[in-house]
Amino acid sequence: MIQYIIRRLLAAIPTLLVISFVIFALLDLAPGDPTGSLPMTVPPEVREKIRLSLGLGEAMHIRYYKWVVQFFINEPLNILQHSFGITIGDAENRTRILSWATRSPVIDLIVERTPQTLWVVGLSFLFGILMAIPIGIVQAYRQYSLFDQIGTFVAMVGFSVPTFFTGVVAIILFSVQLKWFPMIYDTTLEITSWNNFVLQVKQMIMPVTVLAFYQAAQLSRFMRASILDNLNLDYVRTARSKGRSENAVLIIHVLRNSLIPVVTLIALGIPTIFGGAIITEQIFRVNGLGQLLIIAIEGADIPTVQTLTFLFAILIVLFNLIADVLYGMLDPRIRYD
Amino acid sequence: MNARAASMDFAVIETEHRSLWTDVWRQFRKHKGALVGVFVFAFITIAVSVGPLIHGVDPHAIDFKARNLGPHWAHPLGTDNIGHDTLAQMLAGGQVSLAVGLSAALIALFLGTLIGVLAGFVKSLDGPLMRLTDVFLSLPLLPLLLVSIMLFRDPLRSIFGPEKGIFLLIVSLIGVTSWMHTARIVRGDVLSIKEREFVIAAHSIGTRRHRIVFRHILPNILSPIMVSATLGIANAIITESALSFLGLGFPPDFPTWGRLLFDGTNFIQITPSRVIWPGVFIALTVLSVNYIGDGLRDALDPRLRGR
Repeated sequence: MIQYIIRRLLAAIPTLLVISFVIFALLDLAPGDPTGSLPMTVPPEVREKIRLSLGLGEAMHIRYYKWVVQFFINEPLNILQHSFGITIGDAENRTRILSWATRSPVIDLIVERTPQTLWVVGLSFLFGILMAIPIGIVQAYRQYSLFDQIGTFVAMVGFSVPTFFTGVVAIILFSVQLKWFPMIYDTTLEITSWNNFVLQVKQMIMPVTVLAFYQAAQLSRFMRASILDNLNLDYVRTARSKGRSENAVLIIHVLRNSLIPVVTLIALGIPTIFGGAIITEQIFRVNGLGQLLIIAIEGADIPTVQTLTFLFAILIVLFNLIADVLYGMLDPRIRYD
Repeated sequence: MNARAASMDFAVIETEHRSLWTDVWRQFRKHKGALVGVFVFAFITIAVSVGPLIHGVDPHAIDFKARNLGPHWAHPLGTDNIGHDTLAQMLAGGQVSLAVGLSAALIALFLGTLIGVLAGFVKSLDGPLMRLTDVFLSLPLLPLLLVSIMLFRDPLRSIFGPEKGIFLLIVSLIGVTSWMHTARIVRGDVLSIKEREFVIAAHSIGTRRHRIVFRHILPNILSPIMVSATLGIANAIITESALSFLGLGFPPDFPTWGRLLFDGTNFIQITPSRVIWPGVFIALTVLSVNYIGDGLRDALDPRLRGR
């Protein structure tokens, strides 16, 4: 297994390099000029100096190389130094990926924004799973019952209706009409007292519920299908004929086996939910990673866009790997060597 | 007498004649959701194509005196903040949304089938094409779509004009980023079908390779292709409206349902219906297409059809 993980990690390196080059090259083709938005009175030689200070003086392959070194070597070393106090190499003269808009390191911007995204995305994912698994179990166990039919319909609606509609409807209902929850997510809120904690919970309810519902709609269908696949297998009959109670059969035998494909699907879904968070954050004005990306795209802040997009790509490759490894670990029938 | 018996036999055989498509239709009709889906989708398609002829208000007409109105006879769905008629805008936007969905799904279908058949049929291409599919699957698509729209919006606009440019850009971008699942399914099916006896027989009588693909292989993988085509329409409509919702899709003077929804969000306290209508129609279209896909999958699966 360890051999397999190492082999996969090694195979991920060329994939990531290809993807990083695609992203870098695509953005480098940008026809827009970073000095284009400056006033007309700025003389051409000053413009040229600004372009040079942004690092645009060199050929593309050199800039790509620098970016890769900054991303893969310098920034991880910085993080290491920051969080564990381990200093490797020359910490003072390390170049960092700088945002064109704020002139601060992109990684700092990302670190600033990550907690909001993680809270909203993570909690909604958790709630989505917690909703989907029991619903899927009951649906499969009572196939074609009223509960199953309603559940199937709700799930179909849940993943057909885009979050940017459910979210806006939630805002209309609960913020505009009922005034239960705030319309805009306030990130400056610090949890210092019970009151602030209540406010924080209140402003998180809508974004988390909307995303969780969408997630649960997809997962409950997988869960139902997976349980149905298992319910008619021989080992279930064996367990029943041994005289085990229905609950034991369902929870101990069927559920454990049906969770195997669902767990891998959950792992595969994590990167896409980060992508989905781009939309949710835009609806509820959460200033997380998704909003940072949108702002950077609108402001033509190329380094920030490159880094963020590539981070999303890393998430996808990483969770693909995790899903495969989990599958091998959970299912003894699958052997990778 | 004999001739009559023969003709009667013939008649009996004729009534029992069942083609694949009558079987499929028989099974499809049993799926209530799919039937409702077909009606809803047909209704929406007819409404947006015939509607502008009946409701003859220009969607671009601005009337400041009649702004933020509720529904009444002249404006059945009300007006927006500069007096656009919401119903006219909905109909015009629906045309664009559906056109984007259908054409993007067609591009994805064509690419997916082409790459899937090539990978499954030509051994030397299998490895490279599947690696390409893997790379595409690990690209963060939504950010990349947003980025490419930002990059290519203005050049394409200057070449093809403002409306055609953005339409071509979004349709081709969605098409180029959503063929991967079709390609994988098609490749798998081609791999299993090309080892079957009838394909080997066709080979042995000297049928040319492209004839084998078109006459023997493609008809046999039609059902997964059709199912992924329907689901592709739903996916394309959602992606387009998500892009427009983020402000990076269609411009406000050439709106789609997604754009109308996005423009409406700033006015939800004054005219919430501007958000509700586009949203409801996006949802209805996607839901009906998903149900049609569900029904098609059941109807085209021979293991389910017999029951």
